[in-house]
Amino acid sequence: MQQTPRTGIQGRNKFIIGGLLILAAVIYLIYTATQANAEYFMTVNELKSKGNSLVGRSLRISGAVIGNTIQFDPKTMELTFDIAHVPGDNAAIQAGGGLAAVLHTAVTDPTRARLTIVYNGPKPDLLLDEAQAIITGHLGADGIFHADDLLLKCPTKYQEAIPSQVVNGN
Amino acid sequence: MLAQFGFGVFVITFLLALFSVVAAILGYFTKSDRWVEAARRAMQLTFPLIALGALTLIYLLVTGHYEFEYVYSVTSNDMPLYLKITALWGGQAGSLVLWSLLMSSFASAVTLRNWERDRELLPWVIVVTSVTLAFFLALTIFFENPFTRWWQTLTGDYVQRMFAPTGALPVIPPDGQGLNPLLRHPGMILHPPMLYLGFVAFVIPYAFAIAALVTGRSDDRWIRLTRRWTLVAWLFLSLGLVLGMRWAYDVLGWGGYWAWDPVEIAALMPWLTGTAFLHSVMIQEKRGMFKQWNMLLIILTYSLVIFGTFLTRSGVLSSVHAFSESAIGPVFFVFIGLTFITSVALLIYRWGDLKAEIEMGSLVSREALFLLNNLLFMGVLIVCFWGVIFPLTWELFTGQKETVGPPFYQRANAPLFGALMALMGIAPLSAWGRSTVKTMGRLVWKPSILAMF
Repeated sequence: MQQTPRTGIQGRNKFIIGGLLILAAVIYLIYTATQANAEYFMTVNELKSKGNSLVGRSLRISGAVIGNTIQFDPKTMELTFDIAHVPGDNAAIQAGGGLAAVLHTAVTDPTRARLTIVYNGPKPDLLLDEAQAIITGHLGADGIFHADDLLLKCPTKYQEAIPSQVVNGN
Repeated sequence: MLAQFGFGVFVITFLLALFSVVAAILGYFTKSDRWVEAARRAMQLTFPLIALGALTLIYLLVTGHYEFEYVYSVTSNDMPLYLKITALWGGQAGSLVLWSLLMSSFASAVTLRNWERDRELLPWVIVVTSVTLAFFLALTIFFENPFTRWWQTLTGDYVQRMFAPTGALPVIPPDGQGLNPLLRHPGMILHPPMLYLGFVAFVIPYAFAIAALVTGRSDDRWIRLTRRWTLVAWLFLSLGLVLGMRWAYDVLGWGGYWAWDPVEIAALMPWLTGTAFLHSVMIQEKRGMFKQWNMLLIILTYSLVIFGTFLTRSGVLSSVHAFSESAIGPVFFVFIGLTFITSVALLIYRWGDLKAEIEMGSLVSREALFLLNNLLFMGVLIVCFWGVIFPLTWELFTGQKETVGPPFYQRANAPLFGALMALMGIAPLSAWGRSTVKTMGRLVWKPSILAMF
């Protein structure tokens, strides 16, 4: 029969200490990872108003893709397009008639703040007019946004709109 | 006519679910088998009824009744038949119907078997499943009715209502908008139902856990009874996640098979606690330990299932996978809060009865390593939960929107996943009760050296 080795700390205590150590490790991991990787999540307007103070910082921007600005060079794999400002607040989006409607107004309104995005890589199929883009990257000193990651949501058709070509039935 | 029929069926099922809650509680306190039996029958009836309602909706989808707003928004004439059927879960209202359908099928199945031995658990299993079912049916009836129609009012506006506003004319569009192009993918057939099956199947072990807490049974009977359900739930949830990854891999712009998107994490979180639960119930069966811990895990799993559904349905988080935004967020929030607080209060009330039968001895015994595995899973869960709520809480305190992306999750989770991998290798070598560092060292050193190469 082998004896449980005496560790100096008895019974439950060693498990409590072990558990606390793991908890401390998890908190440490979360703390350092958050510090190192937190990104400002902003709208185009917020970015424009902050100006050059954000140059070089890791940012995440959301906006509406403007279809006729999309340019893609298959040789250099360089993709550029503009996004228009879309409110980031969920309540504001609801007030604007839902996401699809808000994206639509954003793209068609020429007075909206716009931001040019540059991305190196294949052109995603979802990069279409009125798509919602969530872009991670950083702002260059030239005012152009250099994207590392593109997340896109397809333009859902105008949800709450009047049915097209309606027929009145009885 | 069909719409009124379908809606009526859901209303009746909702009332039936409420009745089964009341009858089960009444049966428990008056010790009347007849009331419990009535509750059981009512519970079993919900499945065919919801199936009838769902079939009505599928019929409308397949035959292209575009006068219904839901049909109009998710189907169109050019869609193949299989997509018209999958359109049932292509939008908010329909996917809630699918949730209720799967929920009621599992709840009926669990009450079908002979209940002679664990009779006292039955009423509370019925209460928990029926309350959950009633909640989702209430969402369908009061907030997300799939049977609303288009009407044109006298002022020329187009509105959607269940019943005709005064003087309004019905509107019948010749074609619908069609399913969101992103959802027109073979993954649509399997991924959402699998995920939902995994979600609702976890309600069953939770229901038994609550039944054990209420009736004060501190043995492992509820675990033995639900072992298979837990495995089924885990299997479907895993399959759902993997299929979702495969699908996301096909779509450029979704960030590859796993992008640490809030919606992906929402489905991962119950998987994490579910996996931990699957491991730690073994300790309760074999050694009579971890009783309180198991209860906590299954309560967390249930709450995270509802929380996951809430995250994807409410639009509180910006995600490329969120396909619906609506007003049901607050209702969900209240439901999660109420069920979580009630469950935890019950657990605290029974805390003393759930003491371990054996003290844990060695730090490297199998049960200790299982505990370590559980703690690591909880660590990953805390990282994920933090990552999801960080943007919300940070904005609350500082007014500045900040968020964390994949680098955060990768950095914080990597050591935890690394430790889990090492445990997978080591734990099977340990013995129940009394492994020592010495015996473990003897077993582990050779494979460890081999693993270096």
